[in-house]
Amino acid sequence: MSDTTHAHPTPRDYWLIALVLAVITGAEVTVTYIDALDSVVAPLLIAMSAAKFTIVVGYFMHLKYEQRIYRNLFLVGLIAAPLLFGAVLFTFGVLVGD
Amino acid sequence: MSTDTLVQDHGGTHDVSHLRKVAMWVFLGSEVLLFGSLITTFLLYRTRIGDGPGAEEIFDIPFTSVSSFILLMSSLTMVMAHHSASRKDWRQMRVWLLATGMLGMVFLSGQVFEFTEFVEEGLTVTTSPFGSSFFVLTGFHGAHVAVGVLMLLATAFMSFTGRLRDGEGMNVEIVGLYWHFVDIVWIVIFTVVYLMQV
Repeated sequence: MSDTTHAHPTPRDYWLIALVLAVITGAEVTVTYIDALDSVVAPLLIAMSAAKFTIVVGYFMHLKYEQRIYRNLFLVGLIAAPLLFGAVLFTFGVLVGD
Repeated sequence: MSTDTLVQDHGGTHDVSHLRKVAMWVFLGSEVLLFGSLITTFLLYRTRIGDGPGAEEIFDIPFTSVSSFILLMSSLTMVMAHHSASRKDWRQMRVWLLATGMLGMVFLSGQVFEFTEFVEEGLTVTTSPFGSSFFVLTGFHGAHVAVGVLMLLATAFMSFTGRLRDGEGMNVEIVGLYWHFVDIVWIVIFTVVYLMQV
């Protein structure tokens, strides 16, 4: 098992990461106002949201640099949630139709 | 090694800071499920607006975007506080902790303002299933932010009174994990609840 290996980011890195997050947030808002992107706006928003989520968890929460046990504990919830609630949405949204 | 970070148990030695982090990650994993259930409920009821207003009529995306930006930047100040604590620069750490708390309070003020506007426009927690699921989800997140602000202020206060010693520096990291989690939950809420509904 590989444990803590890499050096953590520097303050300059954190500011750059925050800048990237701010730019993605701006892009998210912008695409909702562009009519031409209506057909792809949902996947675009999900992709950008997932990117922000991954950046914050990886760099600000240091999960990228931490011991594997922390990542696995968090992944349990992260994997279980879409499976569990995807089943709920499918059941009530498609099967029951309400 | 500091006695604050070690505890004897059954003849073995456990790193308390490691156990605290394990406990926090387990807690955050369970919180993912909690917020997952609330977001799922919102998605199921988002179109059931009854006689009340719907998302497109009441959501003010520019305003909520600014709130989201503020919460996102509070993650930057939080990670800077953690970085200062790891360098044992307590003065800088206090500045960043208080900045994070202040940004959290600004976000909460925005949420209170937004809720007030929605109520004036006819959307309350009892108006429709959409209103109920919206207020429960965002209200629950707001309560988490409020708890986070209290944790930040308590940590800063402990530092001012000299109770945040080397062995307790982990507290800043634990508070930081909680704060960043509150931020990532909002990243999802902002996209799924606000941007995808207008």
